[in-house]
Parts: sequence; C-alpha cells; structure tokens
Amino acid sequence: MTVMTSIQGFLAAIGAATLELCRAIGALALFAVSAVAHAARPPWYPAELGRQILRIGYFSLPVVGLTALFTGGALALQIYLGGSRFNAESVVPSIVAIGMVRELGPVLGALMVAGRVSASIAAELGTMRVTEQIDALTTLSTDPMKYLVAPRILAAVIAMPMLAAVSDVIGVMGGYLVGVERLGFNPGAYLRNTADYLLLQDVTSGLIKAAAFGFIVALMGCYHGYNSGRGAQGVGRATTNAVVSACILIFAANYILTEALFSS
Amino acid sequence: MSDAGTPMIELRGVSKSFGAKHVLRGVDLAVARGESLVVIGGSGTGKSVTLKCILGLIPHDSGQILLEGQPLTPERRARMLERFGMLFQGGALFDSLSVWENVAFRLLRGPARRPRAEARALAVDKLRRVGLGPDVADLYPAELSGGMQKRVGLARAIAADPQIIFFDEPTTGLDPIMAGVINDLIRELVTEMGATAITITHDMSSVRAIADTVAMLHEGRIRWRGPVSRLDDSGDPYVDQFIHGRAEGPIEAVR
Repeated sequence: MTVMTSIQGFLAAIGAATLELCRAIGALALFAVSAVAHAARPPWYPAELGRQILRIGYFSLPVVGLTALFTGGALALQIYLGGSRFNAESVVPSIVAIGMVRELGPVLGALMVAGRVSASIAAELGTMRVTEQIDALTTLSTDPMKYLVAPRILAAVIAMPMLAAVSDVIGVMGGYLVGVERLGFNPGAYLRNTADYLLLQDVTSGLIKAAAFGFIVALMGCYHGYNSGRGAQGVGRATTNAVVSACILIFAANYILTEALFSS
Repeated sequence: MSDAGTPMIELRGVSKSFGAKHVLRGVDLAVARGESLVVIGGSGTGKSVTLKCILGLIPHDSGQILLEGQPLTPERRARMLERFGMLFQGGALFDSLSVWENVAFRLLRGPARRPRAEARALAVDKLRRVGLGPDVADLYPAELSGGMQKRVGLARAIAADPQIIFFDEPTTGLDPIMAGVINDLIRELVTEMGATAITITHDMSSVRAIADTVAMLHEGRIRWRGPVSRLDDSGDPYVDQFIHGRAEGPIEAVR
C-alpha cells in the first residue's frame, strides 16, 4: 500500500514537471509570436529603439571586442601548435579568420552579450513588473509588449550582427598580432592569406547567426523579466533564468544554424 | 451619451480564482457617473483584483463588466483607457523618465501627442495642481520622497483630464499629515473634474475624506454598500468591526 502510494507520488511528480515544461514552452512560444507581431505593426517607438540599440550594441563593444581580441590570439597559438604536427603552420591566418568569422565571433560575442544584456533586460522589466510600472503602461493606453518588448528585440536583432562584424575584425587582428609578433609570420603574407581564403559566405553565415542570437538574448531577457515573480527574489530568479536559458538556446541554435548553413 | 440612470461602471457576478483560491466569488457593484466610490476590506480580500479585472490586466472567470451599460470588449476598454487615470499604490512611476516626462507620458506619444515644449508646460501645470513646484519637473522619481512620488503619480493620473480615475491605496506608506494632504487633493480633483472615481483602501481617514459611497468587500463578495453618511450606523457587524479596527468580531483575524 505504502509502496503503491510512493510510486504514485513519484509518477505524479514526473507528470507535474513534464506538464510544467510543456506549459513553459507554450508560454514562451506565444510570447515570442506576440513580440514579433508587435514589432512588425505600428505604433513604433523610434526613440526607445534608438536607446536600446545604443545600450545593447554600443555599450557591449568593449566586452565583445576584448573577447574577440584574446580569442583570436589564443586561436592563432593553438592552430600553430596543431598545424606544426603535420608541417601546416601556414594555415594559421586562414583558419583563424574562418574560425572567428563563422563560429567564435558570433557565439562568444552572443554569450558575452547574453550575460550583459539578458540579465539587465530581465532585471529592468522584472522590477517594472514588481513595482506595477508595466500595469501603469496599460492604464496610459500604451501596450507594454509594443513599448517595452518589441524595441528591445528589434534592437538586439539589429545590433548583434554589427557587434559580430566588429568582433570578426578584432578577432582576426588578435590572430595577426600573435602571428606576427610571437610566431614570426610576415605581416603582408598574413593579411594576404587571410583575405585569399575567406569567402563572403563565411561572413554572411556568421552575421545570420548573430542576428538569431540577438533575438534569443533579448527574447529571454524580456520573457523572464515580463513574467517575473514577486519581490527581490522573483527578480533575482528572472535574471538568472534569463542568462542561463539564453546561453543554452544560443548553443542549441548555433548547432542547428551551422547544420542548416553547412548543407546549403 | 447614456442617461443618468445607467451606471458608469457595473460589475455583475464577477468571479476570479487563482488555482484553488477563490478571490472574487460574484462581485456585484455599480458606480454612477461622477460618483466617488470607496471599496474597503481587509488585505487579500480581492480589492486590487477587482480593479485589475476592470482594467483587463487580469481576465475574470465569469460574470460581466459593463461600461455605460454595454459589455466591456477589448475595443471599448481601449477607448475607456484613453480617458482614464490611475494612481498606483507605490506610485509606479517610470524610473527611466524624468518627473515631467512621467506626468506628460500620454502627451508625448500616441494619438494625443503634443510638441515637447507644450507637453512640458502642461506637465508643470499639473504638478502645480498637486502642490509641486517646477523645480521638481527635471528630477527623476528615485530622487523624490514617498509623498512626492504619490503626488507625481496623482499628477500623471489627471494629466489627460480623465473621466474615470482609480486610486489604489492612495495613502499607504505615508505619514498621517501627508495622507491627509493626498486625501484632500483627491477629493478636490474628483469634484473639480466631475470624474467617476473608484478608490480601494483600508485607511478609514481616506474613506471619510474621499467617498460619496462606500462598499465593503469581504470573502469575495460585496458585504455592504451605502452612502458614507450611513457608515457609522450601517447595522452590519462586519462593517462595524472594520471601521473601528477591532480585533474581536465576526471577521476572523489571522495572526
């Protein structure tokens, strides 16, 4: 009898968790669709959009730039080390460029932005939820999805590819500095090698990824902040969930997009 | 528009549950045009939920909400909100905007949009109406005291000359003198604008200062409703216990 009830309790717990997961996925999907629909239809708030592009794009430049610089440098050393095992040290410039532009620039940049921007959006909207500022918007005939969520998502989708482009250039420069100063490459040859082997589609695939990651970063920040629980604890949890879920979704989306762009 | 007999806002059997918790169990309540209704009741009796159901911030489970005798559809609600103001319990001022931008929020965007200079002048005028000088206009909400934040919230609520105003616990967190000032201001503004007002509070000084009519919400229903002059001889033990703040009585105090 007690064995039966404990098994039932166990199954009920699994069932409840599964249902909760389905509910969360459904709620997130509805939120995403609603956010995109609101971003596509007027009224738009250009001042808000501009402010968010500045906040998400411009103020993330130092973080993303430093990440790219050090990653490019480390990448050059690693590829040199690996390449030297089969006398292929000369691939360093082209592999650094392809690796940065196709993969590491967008992904690492997005992860850094997720830490900065998802967290701050979630904390901001969460605090607005808790202090009834979001309800106040409704009473002022302003749709919070349009005024708060849509500009942030649009701004991130616009700003992330720009950040990725900057990150591509700085990453290649990091590789160049290490290649020339540390590994003894000829400066002209390094740059020529980079340019010769890099294809336009390497760059565009990286920028497409970056736009998708921007969407994820802003969506997670907005979703968790908008649905924040009560009090300081609720906002804290929203912030953590936003960053963690944004990072995981970035990795998952990265694989899916790489696969899609690989076969096309 | 409609005749004087039709209530501005009417709730018929409005119910709302959160899971197993039945917050509203059939609220029947009507507010006439230009009337100031104060809803009293203990914490957690559903006063805020009632307001949020009218605003559509929380969907109600059953019952009807009528505006001027017509069901409140999303379109009609949107039109109602264009001539609406609300003072929130904590002020709910936007902390990324300065005081005057908060007050002029409606005037800076949307259909009623005005040039910035004009919107600012109107905001300063509304600030003066609630007893704040023009020097406050460029400060940010975080730089203001609680009483000043309430006044700014009040100025924002009246900025577009609303027909309907809601006040959510207008005196909570204020010292008694500031509470008195806010109460008097609310009464003046409601009378002056001829607006229909619903206030929720458990502060008896607010009730006597603001109300034409008082309704008491208890266990998700309207327990008593009458003119404020009848409050002291309502003959209802629940109302008596509440207005005198007695621990002993029919209302169970959870301690």
